[in-house]
Formats: sequence, C-alpha cells, structure tokens
Amino acid sequence: MGAAHGHRLHHHGHSAVHRAPAHVKILVLVGFVLLVVATPRDWYAVFAAYAAVVVGTVLVARVPLGWVLRRMVVEVPFLVFAALVPFVAEGPRTEVLGLTVSEPGLVAAWGLAVKGTLGVMASLTLAATTEPTDVLVGLRRLRMPPLLVEIMSFMLRYLDVVTADLGRTLTAMRSRGCEPRSPRHWPALARSLGALFIRSYERGERVHLAMLSRGYTGTLPTATGGDGHR
Amino acid sequence: MHVPDGFLDAPTSVATGVVAAAAVGVALRRARTELDDRTAPMAGLVAAFVFAAQMINFPVGAGTSGHLLGGALAAVLVGPWTGLLCVSVVLVVQALFMADGGITALGTNVVLIGVVTALAGYVVFRALQAVLPRRLGTVAPTAAVAAFVSVPAAAAVFSLLFAIGGTAPVDAGKVLTAMLGWHVLIGIGEAVVTGLVVGAVVAVRPDLVRGARPLVAARELEIRTVAA
Repeated sequence: MGAAHGHRLHHHGHSAVHRAPAHVKILVLVGFVLLVVATPRDWYAVFAAYAAVVVGTVLVARVPLGWVLRRMVVEVPFLVFAALVPFVAEGPRTEVLGLTVSEPGLVAAWGLAVKGTLGVMASLTLAATTEPTDVLVGLRRLRMPPLLVEIMSFMLRYLDVVTADLGRTLTAMRSRGCEPRSPRHWPALARSLGALFIRSYERGERVHLAMLSRGYTGTLPTATGGDGHR
Repeated sequence: MHVPDGFLDAPTSVATGVVAAAAVGVALRRARTELDDRTAPMAGLVAAFVFAAQMINFPVGAGTSGHLLGGALAAVLVGPWTGLLCVSVVLVVQALFMADGGITALGTNVVLIGVVTALAGYVVFRALQAVLPRRLGTVAPTAAVAAFVSVPAAAAVFSLLFAIGGTAPVDAGKVLTAMLGWHVLIGIGEAVVTGLVVGAVVAVRPDLVRGARPLVAARELEIRTVAA
C-alpha cells in the first residue's frame, strides 16, 4: 500500500559502516530491531537512546540524513494507521487538543510509530551502506538456502530490466490516452501485465539456456569465490 | 499493506518467522519438481515480474491506494510452490533493500502475503477446476475467484495473529470486521486484475499458465479444411 518502491537505495561510500561485512550488519540489524520491538513502549528514554544509535550510525556512515528521511515515505500509510489507533482503541478516554481519544490507544500509537520508524531507519541504513551483491553474500554466509539466494540474485539482476520494460509499456499506454491506474483501463493494463509475464518468463528460459551453454549443472559457482569474499 | 516492525510483539514475530522458514523450506524442495534446474533463473524472473506488478498503485478511495499482492496470480501462473517462493523473495528484497515491511515482521509478511495468498488461492483454484467444465475459458474466472478469496484469507490470518500478539488495545472482533470489510474491497480489485492478466496470458500462451496445463495437454490437435 502507498508509496512506490524505489530501487536505487544504495548510497555509495567508504565509511567503516560501508566496509563492515554484510553478514555482521544483517545480524546487528535483526538483533537491534528485535530489541526495539521487545522494549516496553513506555520506556521513553530507552527509545531516545535507540534513535541516537541509529542516527549516529547514519552519521558515521556519512549518508546524508535528508537522503534517509526522503526514503522513509514507505512508512507513511502505516503512520496514518497508527494515528487512527487512539480513536478506535478501548480503555479510559482522555482529552487531547479537544478530541476524545483512548488513553491506552494513545500509548499504543506512540509504540507503533516509534518502533516502526526505528525499524525503517535501521533497515534503510543497511540498504544505504551495503551493495545488493554483498547482502547476498552475507545471506549465504548466514546459511540461507543457496537456491533461495540464487533466486534473489536473479531477481535483483533483472529487476531493472523488468521494471524498465513495464515503465516503457506504461509510457506507451499514457501516450495513447490510456491511464493505467484507472479501473476503466484495467483490461488494457492486464494485457500489458500478461505480456510482461510472458516476456519475463521467456527471458528466464533464455537465461537458463545461456547458462546451460556455459556449463550450468544446477548450482551456481559463487562469483566471489565462496566464503573468501574480501 | 506490509506489516512493519513493532506491530506484533517479539514472540509472535519470531514464531511466524519459524513458520515462514519452514514453509519456504518445503517450497524450495517442491519448486524443484515444478521447475527442475531452471528454478533459479525462472523463479528469479517471475519474482521480478511480481515486483513490477506490485509497483502499480490503484486508488482505493479515501486518499489511499492499494496494489496487487500477486500471491494467487503467481500460484496460478507458475504453480503454488514456485509462486510462494517468488512472492517470498519479493518480500525479502522489499524488507532488506526498501524498508517496505519490517525486518522482524518478515516472517509475518511471508506467511500472510506469500504462504496464505498463494496456497489459499491455489486450493480454491483447484477446487473450482475440479467441478467446472474442463475448458480453457474457465481458467481466468477461476483464477479471479481464487484471487478474491486469497486477500480476505490473508486478512483473517492477520486478525488472528493480531489477537495473539497485537500491540494495540483494539478489540479483536473489531479488527477482524474492519480487516475483512476492507480486504473484501481490495480482493475485488485483486480478482479483476488477476482474472484479466491470467486471461490475457491464456489467450496468447496457455502453455505457460501452470493452472491451465492439464487442459492444454488434453486438447487435441484439430485439423480443419478450408473450403476452396
């Protein structure tokens, strides 16, 4: 729901955060966010410390804060939801700015918003400081099944090709007076998506044939030479 | 909508993570039977397609927009296990690279958007196929019904999870009614788009639609003579 997915989230740099091994960063991210999620929401000072840690990491990584903030729009629909919670939650009522809201709901909304925001900021920091290929190497080191990592690597490799394909189709539709978002033009959009599926599937078949002709036997050689990455 | 961090408590998030890992593990093994050694490139490209299809936002009303979940669509097009894998990979990429959906909620999102929609959609699809006449024309409407059911099914499972590990004091019954009501609407959009997309592929390349494959195989070659 909500904002479009941006693809180029990596912010090139050479800081200590950029250089840290990807699997360490992934583990730290998951551990940190689990800690944030498990923290009782009325420990306000602790959340300030968490925020300081995230912002500090972003600063050490020399990723501009505005760059991170702009990419935080993905959580806007969720913040809207959190803002609604005080109005629908149960419990004793209280007055805020002339509105009657649920008191426990208000605390819950704070919890949702702060935990969600910290999670998004922490994830964006990983994305900003780690090349997608390094994330894949990290996931492989963390014992993610190799087939799953391979599927992910193919998806990432062809993501730009497929989305650009879709982009050109949508441009062509618009230039012919067709608005892809409008339900009135869903049949045309669906035919485009059908064509996109066929093109993607056939591209997958061609990629597979190209792999076979280069000696593919069912497992990919790791481009970075196994675990000896950097 | 993807579940963010902190929406469900830590134990529930970890538990759904375990369920998601188990489901993906089964899917990895079963997808090999659907795609053999083509699994990696094919599933990767289909995942890229699902991602692209999810990028198109539709206005739902009240200033918000929704997008295709694509679980049922992928299940009908490439089979339930490959479909589940594709949607799960899309969710992992969205969580790791775009911060869309929480990193600790990844298991929850895989269960809801990947496992429930793909499997529920496919079960409905197969059940309907068993009772409907075996014609290619029924594939698209059947896929639409499957897609329609898959969205409220995911919403119902979400309400269940929220009742167990929700972090906001909202009545569980209220959540269920609101979620179901809202997602029936989203389900209609999902159904229309899924049905039309499957119909478009069936019209051109029915052999690529896994859900239509038994029907394509049963088709006999017809040789007609044209009057001179």
